Amino acid sequence: MKQEDTLIIGGREFQSRLFVGTGKFSDDALIPDMIARSGAQVVTAAVRRMDFDAPQRSVLHYIPKTVTLMPNTSGARTAEEALRIARLARAAGCGNFIKIEVISDNTYLLPDNEETARAARLLSEDGFIPLCYMLPDLYAARRMRDAGAAAIMPLGAPIGTNRGLRTKEMVQILIDEIDLPVVVDAGIGKPSEAAEAMEMGAAAVLVNTAIASANDPICMAEAFAKAVEAGRTAYLAGLGSVGDGKASASSPLTGFLH
Amino acid sequence: MSFYEIYKQYKEFDYDGFFASLSDSAIHTALNKPKKSEMDLLALLSPKAGQDHLEAMAQKSNELTIRNFGKTILMFTPLYLANYCENACIYCGFNRTNHISRSRLTMEEVEREGAAIQAMGVRHIIILTGESRAVTPPSYIADCARILRKYVSSICIEVYSLTQEEYEMLYEAGVDSFTMFQETYNEDIYPILHPSGPKHDYRTRLDSPEKACIAQYRSVNIGALLGLDEWRREVFYTALHAKYLTDRYPGTDIAVSLPRIRPCAGEGTFHPKCEVDDRAIVQAMTALRLFLPRLGITVSTRETPEFRDHLIGLGVTKMSAGSVTEVGGHAESPKTEGQFEISDPRSVPEMAEAIHRHGYQCVYKDWDEI
Repeated sequence: MKQEDTLIIGGREFQSRLFVGTGKFSDDALIPDMIARSGAQVVTAAVRRMDFDAPQRSVLHYIPKTVTLMPNTSGARTAEEALRIARLARAAGCGNFIKIEVISDNTYLLPDNEETARAARLLSEDGFIPLCYMLPDLYAARRMRDAGAAAIMPLGAPIGTNRGLRTKEMVQILIDEIDLPVVVDAGIGKPSEAAEAMEMGAAAVLVNTAIASANDPICMAEAFAKAVEAGRTAYLAGLGSVGDGKASASSPLTGFLH
Repeated sequence: MSFYEIYKQYKEFDYDGFFASLSDSAIHTALNKPKKSEMDLLALLSPKAGQDHLEAMAQKSNELTIRNFGKTILMFTPLYLANYCENACIYCGFNRTNHISRSRLTMEEVEREGAAIQAMGVRHIIILTGESRAVTPPSYIADCARILRKYVSSICIEVYSLTQEEYEMLYEAGVDSFTMFQETYNEDIYPILHPSGPKHDYRTRLDSPEKACIAQYRSVNIGALLGLDEWRREVFYTALHAKYLTDRYPGTDIAVSLPRIRPCAGEGTFHPKCEVDDRAIVQAMTALRLFLPRLGITVSTRETPEFRDHLIGLGVTKMSAGSVTEVGGHAESPKTEGQFEISDPRSVPEMAEAIHRHGYQCVYKDWDEI
């Protein structure tokens, strides 16, 4: 079963459904082991943190070539800025797989869906494969899809809060209605919450703060890998229906029909 | 609307009466509220909070800082372009009445300084001048920025107050960040401390950070020079000013510094009016973090290595190293006396090593000119 369970985004195939971020670590030297233990095949890094003049000291130095790098446009406040950052990454050899982040509220760091949808169009027209970090909203997700998004990445809770799947109902609607991979990004604080997102039918989850701020980030990366795999397996196995806590009626109301 | 209107609302506030009325449970409540009001902030800045609740504040500040910024400290270094000044600020080494040698970097020297800073590995710089529209007009600062942007990824200005158009012109020239200290928010003593020169005007200075926000600067850093007036009020006004800017300009990163007054060149030594001890700095920093969890907090080399090292983890997000407060000094020997004496002479690699020892990562680059 698992061999056939391939995640395809923008024509690329992935076996792992855990994406990891590279910010907030106490030492970038932890990143290679963290990635190895997470089993992640997609790794995101902020273009603004990449130092192309000092590659030995850049976060890029710590990301193995075997994984797909997904540069993100963190710091962009408009669609045009997101495009410029994406082009900067591409010109530096970071490929065309881009996570669009357009944020102009630095208190909550909530994504601007309108600008993100616009950015998706600008980037896809420029040959990028855009994955859109967004607030879970059905209309916005459709606009991003129509604009050429390869995946949508709704947040579970405000970024960095570790508060879990606070937007669960809205994310479920996107999973049910949008025919693109839905990657739950931001807010996931515990492996059990990652498993929950996968059980719901999310295509993948992206985790950064919960791993980076753990006492042992490498061990936590492995815990998330296991949770994502368990959640995915449960989804494929088909979850049993949940009872309402009452016993079945011993005297069926429609028994007389037989 | 100007921050001045908010300042006026609190100018006559009975701070001492408020502090005297606070119970431990009131401070405990303030400490545990998810979103803190102005009065909660003031409770956290109270003498009682400093005496009995500082460890609890530090623990919460540590947790919030790691969640919002990770275990990282952004590194920057200052570059003094010139020290000509028309002001007579009584605590400053650049005071026009001080008989110190004056200098201004040529474009060739700026080029060499930029290359030297790049070779140090630093990508965020802050460029400084005294206030002299004659010797260092905005066009000179813009010319310097255009050269320096070849060598660094983020340029912050710490210069005199400019007009809206001038801030926008510098943004176009490659400046993306702004720093200006109000020195003191106390409008009654401000004119005494700044007796002459353009800086004498309190309101012009107070409104300058907002102009930088309007000009779309990425980061706007404010602060009070602690020691000029009673520090609890100064930090309170600084926090209110930061909140005012955060609320109105959500796309700008607002940051705060907590500079303590340092000895400087000049005739006779200025004696700070109010003592600001280490405990005060820690209380101020943690109260700011609890009030504004995403606020940038900057600590410069005014502080000693030992104290700076202890501050890592308490809320600080940006630190300088390799600092010289003289004109130039990165590529060649300094040409002048400094603006003030630095306390932490460590080089960039030494500072990065200290940050690493504390379990934090030194971030050299966190912005790109786009």
